[in-house]
Amino acid sequence: MNSSDILGRQETAAPSLPLAIELRGISKAFGTVQANKDISIQVKAGTIHGIIGENGAGKSTLMSILYGFYKADEGQILIKGIPTIIPDSQSAIRAGIGMVFQHFKLVQNFSVLENVILGAEDGALLGPSFTRARNVLADLSAEYDLDVDPDAVVENLSVGHQQRVEILKALYRQAEILILDEPTGVLTPAEANHLFRILRGLKAQGKTIILITHKLREIMDITDHVSVMRQGQIVSSLETSETSPQDLAERMVGRKVLLQISKSAPNYGDEVLRVEGLTLHDEQGVERLSDVAFSIRAGEILGIAGVAGNGQSHLLEVLAGIRNAQGRAFLKSEVLNLTGKSANAQSRRAMGIAHIPEDRQDMGLIMDFMAWENMGLGYHNDPLYQHNRWFMNNDALLDETAAKMDRFDVRPPIPTLAAKNFSGGNQQKIVVAREIERVPDVLLIGQPTRGVDIGAIEFIHQQIIALRDAGKAILLVSVELDEIMSLSDRIGVMFDGHLMGVKDATQTNVNEIGLMMAGIAPPQEGII
Amino acid sequence: MEKLPKWADAFLVPLVSVFIAFAISGLVILAVGEDPIAALRVMIDGALGSTYGWGYTLYYATNFMFTGLGVAVAFHAGLFNIGGEGQATLGGLGVALVCLFIPWPHWSLALCAAIVSSALFAALWAAIPAWLQAKRGSHIVITTIMFNFIAASLLNYILVNQLRPKGSMDPASARFPQATNLPGLDQVLGLFGIPFSSKTPANISLIIAMICCILVWFLIWHTRLGFAIRAFGKSEKAAVYAGINPVRITLYAMIISGALAGLMAVNTVQGEANRLLLNSVEGAGFIGIAVSLMGRGHPFGVFLAALLFGFLYQGGAELALWTKIPRELITVIQALVILFTGALDQMVRRPIEITFALFKKKEH
Amino acid sequence: MDFASYIQILDSTIRLSTPLLLACLAGLFSERAGIFDIGLEGKMLAAAFASAALSYATGNVWVGLLGGIFAALLMSTIHGLASITFRGNQLISGVAINFLASGLTVLLGQNWFQLGGRTPPLGAGARFTEITLPFADDVANIPILGPIYADLISGHSILVYVSFALVPASAWLLYRTRFGLRLRAVGENPAAVDTAGVSVKGMRFAAVCICGVLTGLAGAYLSTALSSGFGREMTAGKGFIALAALIFAKWRPWYALGACLLFGLLEALAIRFQNIDLGLIVLPVQFMQALPYVITVVILAGFIGRAIPPRAGGTPYVKEL
Repeated sequence: MNSSDILGRQETAAPSLPLAIELRGISKAFGTVQANKDISIQVKAGTIHGIIGENGAGKSTLMSILYGFYKADEGQILIKGIPTIIPDSQSAIRAGIGMVFQHFKLVQNFSVLENVILGAEDGALLGPSFTRARNVLADLSAEYDLDVDPDAVVENLSVGHQQRVEILKALYRQAEILILDEPTGVLTPAEANHLFRILRGLKAQGKTIILITHKLREIMDITDHVSVMRQGQIVSSLETSETSPQDLAERMVGRKVLLQISKSAPNYGDEVLRVEGLTLHDEQGVERLSDVAFSIRAGEILGIAGVAGNGQSHLLEVLAGIRNAQGRAFLKSEVLNLTGKSANAQSRRAMGIAHIPEDRQDMGLIMDFMAWENMGLGYHNDPLYQHNRWFMNNDALLDETAAKMDRFDVRPPIPTLAAKNFSGGNQQKIVVAREIERVPDVLLIGQPTRGVDIGAIEFIHQQIIALRDAGKAILLVSVELDEIMSLSDRIGVMFDGHLMGVKDATQTNVNEIGLMMAGIAPPQEGII
Repeated sequence: MEKLPKWADAFLVPLVSVFIAFAISGLVILAVGEDPIAALRVMIDGALGSTYGWGYTLYYATNFMFTGLGVAVAFHAGLFNIGGEGQATLGGLGVALVCLFIPWPHWSLALCAAIVSSALFAALWAAIPAWLQAKRGSHIVITTIMFNFIAASLLNYILVNQLRPKGSMDPASARFPQATNLPGLDQVLGLFGIPFSSKTPANISLIIAMICCILVWFLIWHTRLGFAIRAFGKSEKAAVYAGINPVRITLYAMIISGALAGLMAVNTVQGEANRLLLNSVEGAGFIGIAVSLMGRGHPFGVFLAALLFGFLYQGGAELALWTKIPRELITVIQALVILFTGALDQMVRRPIEITFALFKKKEH
Repeated sequence: MDFASYIQILDSTIRLSTPLLLACLAGLFSERAGIFDIGLEGKMLAAAFASAALSYATGNVWVGLLGGIFAALLMSTIHGLASITFRGNQLISGVAINFLASGLTVLLGQNWFQLGGRTPPLGAGARFTEITLPFADDVANIPILGPIYADLISGHSILVYVSFALVPASAWLLYRTRFGLRLRAVGENPAAVDTAGVSVKGMRFAAVCICGVLTGLAGAYLSTALSSGFGREMTAGKGFIALAALIFAKWRPWYALGACLLFGLLEALAIRFQNIDLGLIVLPVQFMQALPYVITVVILAGFIGRAIPPRAGGTPYVKEL
């Protein structure tokens, strides 16, 4: 297949109809799970159409069907009014669909140019493709404010620029319909605004854009129409101008939701954790944390906001004993060693620091381990679980797991089921139960609700607040600004390894935090 | 939820895999113009038809238990130890040194010393690739293969230049003193009044191998170290999160793995040959891979798979004796078992899963 | 040592490097596409046997060569099925292939020829003979350059020249063509290739097949050019050394040439000098035999340079968002 086919098809395409894409009765099941059920959507050409829904609502499955990753069990896809079968990605591309995935599909050590032509080369030799692509990219850059150096190697580009490469890839393939899956998750507010500018430009040129997101604000900001998904079904399709965030949230969840979490006024105790001059260079020598300093009191939640990849993950890992770093840290009056023998997760746990990691599937749980084994992960040396100095007491761990699963309403409550067989929310509950039930002095939490359904989110938030009210110190890292704003007592923002500042949650607002996330320091109090 | 019931996963899948491997081997026998059924009969007669045959079968099975357990322990830590061959070679050196140079008053003391020495030598030989992987990131698979070659050269040098008795042309050590000879299986079974051939090399090492199976079972599922090994093997990131030191676990797992492989030298060098030969391991280190894969890394599975391969090995020798089928047939069967129980697991598993899913649907 | 000795050592370096180079390039294509291959050894062995057996049977070395390539391709297909289609463990599959070749070659060899697994010696038409390049005899007497041309460059079998020509050819294919771009991409990030509408399985199978053809050449060279006939286990770890050379070469064709020449030189030295007397100590022959493996270990341990393998290497591709 070469791109002259694409060009040929484009020229003979049917005259533009008002509908760019129409889905009729799409259904898809995985085993007993009905991921998509009788989905019908009409997307008008030249508009921005939002699809909003919770995690697990079936948005990704639907888009995978549109891009030829999965075959729908039932239903029909019409592109510009023509019934189209999309068995693979190639057919999707030929039908004029371009996809910008949440996790970019770029070859990291290839140049921008190589990434753009991959799969859309002009012939067996690369030379002519490069020449043409260079010209096309120059045109596209000028037309849509999509400025990227064609010879840059992708791994050296910022996330925002990598996303532009993805958009350029789609446009180079003459995409008429652009689908973006959670495009702002990894962007700063400023980068997100730039993206939206690009999208409006594309719309002005007649392109159709489908925006998949779980962020209400984005839907309100940029879309013309919005479809709401819940449990695999489309529950509403409306004009964006006729709805409100509160209305959308309720349609998403199917009941009244409190966008604000209720929590009592803080009752601070003594300082529990103090960090000074924390600096970290990673394996490649890149500085990930630079001179970070903060403290947390008993009964306090310190939220760390920031775009993913600005050092928050490293901060958690250093405090949890997974990485070494320079600097000083104190737990109450004890020194926390940041290097050397005792700088490991075992000794941190022994000191009373628990850790709910960002990545529960890779780090927090072992997917092939049974629930009870996972309940012992990190605590397998605990005397509670030993018969004697040689043998472990597996039965003790099993009994305790059953009790914890009951208290945290983990479903199904089977301690011998492998972790991989639980849903995301229930997996997270296992991790939370393991770490919170020991009532640690300090709890480190990363992305507690990523990929978790709303019911479990509320439950987990309640547990975090209960621990705070019990007088424990909590460090909460999340890229969900809403989560940070609603849970934290104080809010710190990380940018490029620096802690840009720490604000009292009652004295700040989203705008100020957003500026800090983009690396713009807040005005010093008292100066202005 | 779970695609297969536990019993199917543990027994049915490996059995089907082995059956396929055997069926293809049968075709190979057909292709070289022999009758597979007759061949099987020769093998069964030769390996299981007499206590003499059983003696050899159990002797080989003892080797495979040790090497299979070794590979299994490393597998649990996510490490593929192909170096059993070299580790067992070094284990042989360990046995020979204590047997040759220390005058033992009684075989039991010599046995204890040989166990410690063989395990130690082999563990050391496994520890170097482990350290290189943990600290320097070199791939343990390739390093352990290289260490097999290096071990062969090393043993060659030591036998030819150091241990060879004066005047002997044979690259082998002198015979061990009588006092180090281990009691044969006939003597052990004789204690219980069971008659057994005294002309076979099977010896008390079989009992040690079986004890090792039990010990490894306890280690993997009932100790903290076993928990750490399994956690590390499934997910290094999660292990580090749990405070498990990857360098230490890699070393421990490989040291245990190597030591187990080395123990087979007690069976071959002390139990059978009574001297150190150039190639006393004879591929048993590699068969450990097939045994471990077939046994699903479980000591009981390893025990059964080792018996099967012991049967194959002895049966194969009989085949070579009575038919035109050379011993290398066993290497082919071994390769096919590794292929179907290891690399093509999904191919075997998927149809079984689908069958089970169909039955489940009918139940509802 | 005189000049002629140097020439001799370098000449055997070239001979001994050739199978390593072919196998190394074979591994390069496979691993650049994300398929680890520790079964190079087995494929070479199978090819060596098949080409010797067929050459002997037909008296035509070219038929033998085709047979060798076919045998190696068969092994590649097994590896492809296991690691691409059924997403199995690539290392285990490679190990299985090594044993399969080791067992089958002797089993069939014994059955066909009754020579303990060897094939009968190959006659003139059934092996690759040495090619004398033009004017080699005329210039042989010119000092220095003459012997270099006549004895070192000229006088090898066609497969030697093919293998050296394959280095620039591979580099060109990898870096200048659409196929190469896609092949490299599929070893780095198969999802990028898949979403660009190119079949990941197709690319990986293509790479595995190229690997089969090249190991086929390597094996055929061993039994029909370097020696005249097949002997059991005649690859003797060359496949693993080629693998080490590949890592040393950081998965690049030109570096692969250098690495293979180095290992070839070591082997040549080990063959020429049995015990090397260094004055203070005498290096025994066993040490020289073990040296390539020791050096491989040292290289792998990263004491000499560090390499980043293809990022998707060793992992089967599963479609996901």
